[in-house]
Amino acid sequence: MTPAAPITPAMLTTADGRPLKAALAAAQARSKRRALFLVLPLLLFVVISFVIPIGQMLQRSFYHDGFSKSAPALQAWFAENPLGTEPDEAAYAALVADLALMQETRAAGDAGTRINYTLPGARSLYTSAARGAKKLEPPFKEALLAEDAKWADPRLWVAMRSAASPWTADFYMIAADLQLAADGGVERAPETQRVYVALYIKTIFLAALITGICLLLAFPIAHLLATLPMAKANLLLILVLLPFWTSLLVRTTSWIVLLQDQGVINSFLVYLGAIGDDGRLRMIYNQTGTIIVMVHILLPFMVLPLYSVMRVIPPSYARAARSLGATSWTTFRRIYLPQTLPGIGAGALLVFILAVGYYITPALVGGADGMLYSNMISFHMNKANWSMAAALATLLLLGVLVLYWLYDRLVGIDNLKLG
Amino acid sequence: MKKILILSTALCGFAASAQADITVMGWGGAYANSQIEAYFKPFTAATGKKVVSVDSDNPATPVKSQVEANNVTIDVAVLEIADAVRLCDEGALVPFDFSALPNGADGTGAEDDFIAGTLTECMIPTDIFSTVVAYDASKFPDAPPTSIADFFDLEKFPGKRGIRKNAKTTLEMALMADGVPAAEVYALLETDEGVDRAFAKLDTIKKDAVFWEAGAQPPQLLADGEVVMTTAYNGRIFNAVQLESKPFAIVWDGQVFEWEGMAIPKGAPNEADALELIHFATASEQLAKAAEFISYGPPRKSSASLVGNIQGKEEPMGPNLPTDPANMTNALGSSLDFWVDRDIQLNERFNAWLASN
Repeated sequence: MTPAAPITPAMLTTADGRPLKAALAAAQARSKRRALFLVLPLLLFVVISFVIPIGQMLQRSFYHDGFSKSAPALQAWFAENPLGTEPDEAAYAALVADLALMQETRAAGDAGTRINYTLPGARSLYTSAARGAKKLEPPFKEALLAEDAKWADPRLWVAMRSAASPWTADFYMIAADLQLAADGGVERAPETQRVYVALYIKTIFLAALITGICLLLAFPIAHLLATLPMAKANLLLILVLLPFWTSLLVRTTSWIVLLQDQGVINSFLVYLGAIGDDGRLRMIYNQTGTIIVMVHILLPFMVLPLYSVMRVIPPSYARAARSLGATSWTTFRRIYLPQTLPGIGAGALLVFILAVGYYITPALVGGADGMLYSNMISFHMNKANWSMAAALATLLLLGVLVLYWLYDRLVGIDNLKLG
Repeated sequence: MKKILILSTALCGFAASAQADITVMGWGGAYANSQIEAYFKPFTAATGKKVVSVDSDNPATPVKSQVEANNVTIDVAVLEIADAVRLCDEGALVPFDFSALPNGADGTGAEDDFIAGTLTECMIPTDIFSTVVAYDASKFPDAPPTSIADFFDLEKFPGKRGIRKNAKTTLEMALMADGVPAAEVYALLETDEGVDRAFAKLDTIKKDAVFWEAGAQPPQLLADGEVVMTTAYNGRIFNAVQLESKPFAIVWDGQVFEWEGMAIPKGAPNEADALELIHFATASEQLAKAAEFISYGPPRKSSASLVGNIQGKEEPMGPNLPTDPANMTNALGSSLDFWVDRDIQLNERFNAWLASN
């Protein structure tokens, strides 16, 4: 037997002689791997159903290759000639070559659609010109202009230059109510076309208003629920949850029955004589309708977090404050309210985020002025204008993230209790 | 070796006999029902091939996403013409060979038999529907509205108006009500002045307007007394009258008609069967049969005389169809080219107009 190797006191080893540190790390790595396998299904689910789609949405809002993929000749011409160059015969030759290619690959519709986003009315130019592109003879400029004088429009060339690259901020430009100017810069869209910015502000404002109303209504309910004996509280809780479990469409249509001009509430008021038959209140198919119905639908999302927080607030704190001479208002303001803050934060955040993205309810009861941002997103989705829908959705997401960040700065995100 | 041969033969036989069903994606409701009764059931009876009808909000959206994802499960899609033309331009649909279509019942060649302009490269039309003005007849017992101009006349016909929350057809109707002949509507709408004129006309009834989004809403608005007159799809009003005996009537003057049809997405799993089904369904007899179930007019001229009574009634269907000669005196065919170019722009403007006071 050879003498054992000298062991430094710091170097602990296991029974089989391996350093303890390495052995521990190996054992921990094994259990970490096992733990990873346990969460793997969830991780995959989140990545597949959440991270990838949102990533794709972000990408789509900046990326549209409808025009660029079938316009290689124009791309080359734009690369050689800076912005502001008058399109010459070479430019028109490139255009005709690309139109012929579009006809061959059946891509004229796609290409025209891409231009149409920034220059409405341009799509049919491409589909009709592509059909006859092969028969055109030089000089191409005269040939194309003879077909349609719109080909000389400087705005068209600016739009093509912008669309010649698949990466684009055009959709965000439209979302900001801007348009491409003839000189290649941007300018404000005509007043009658400006819709997105005002709608964005209105949506944020309405969502905040709905959140505020929900909080005012939910706070007393939650307090009552939290202080009643268990049996009674459970009964009341069912009343809160019952509408929560009812289909969204059913609740929306019931509100239509209640609120419309010839509806239950108006007819009752007329019957009581409170209003005349021709003075029926307009409570639906407008902004008021949207607010009423959305408050009702979102109320449980405020009640539940508040309730779960209030239930665990020990009543002794408030009693102690009162016995030390605080008025009931001071007790509420300085003792009770601060303790409910995690519930208020969670409920407000939930309701606000849900309200910002609502679209079925405003579509059905919103009428002329009760529409929200999501209604425009759904409009573009239905027109298969996905890049525009993605840009609007990204802006909405961004708005929510900014508010989330503000919330974190002002209240602190650790201070949030979801139930 | 022999065993393997027997096994593989058996497998081949199995594969051939286990024919896949033809999947048709339609719009659901009474419309899908008319297609099931008039096209799919007789087709299965004649050929033994099964047809599965699935519903969608608008089949154009799944068609586009499936073709882009290279994972097409739909064999036949029921599309609105505007979507069909767009998808066709984008290369998402299979083009048809019109010469393979069956002749009309009177022997006319298919291309002459279909109403002019309705046959397009990638879609065979199956029915013509229309956006019309409908009113509650009980509200105007003495002098009912007769023209599109009456819809905008709040003095002669007081009461709320239902308007579709979309620029399409709304702007056309506004111009026709303002005295523009149907043939000039789109030329005028191409200009800024024309669009301004349409919105100015809409301004005159904006304060009394209730805006609807879904096709089921206008008959409901009429039934509830929320509006006295509304734009609506003719089929929905017909159903309310026939099935629920509502006192509604249609003003055919100023109707804007469109058509729908069947298309095959590129990469459809059973393309040959799908083609066979479409040829079968768009024959004169089948198109006429479908018109008995729902008040959408047959796009083949030879079908008109074959349309019988309303299903289950002793009343002819003819006068309820947008294609009836008496209803076509002042009718406008919706322009594809116009809306493909202007849809987004004019709807943005429409939404801005809605939000303004």
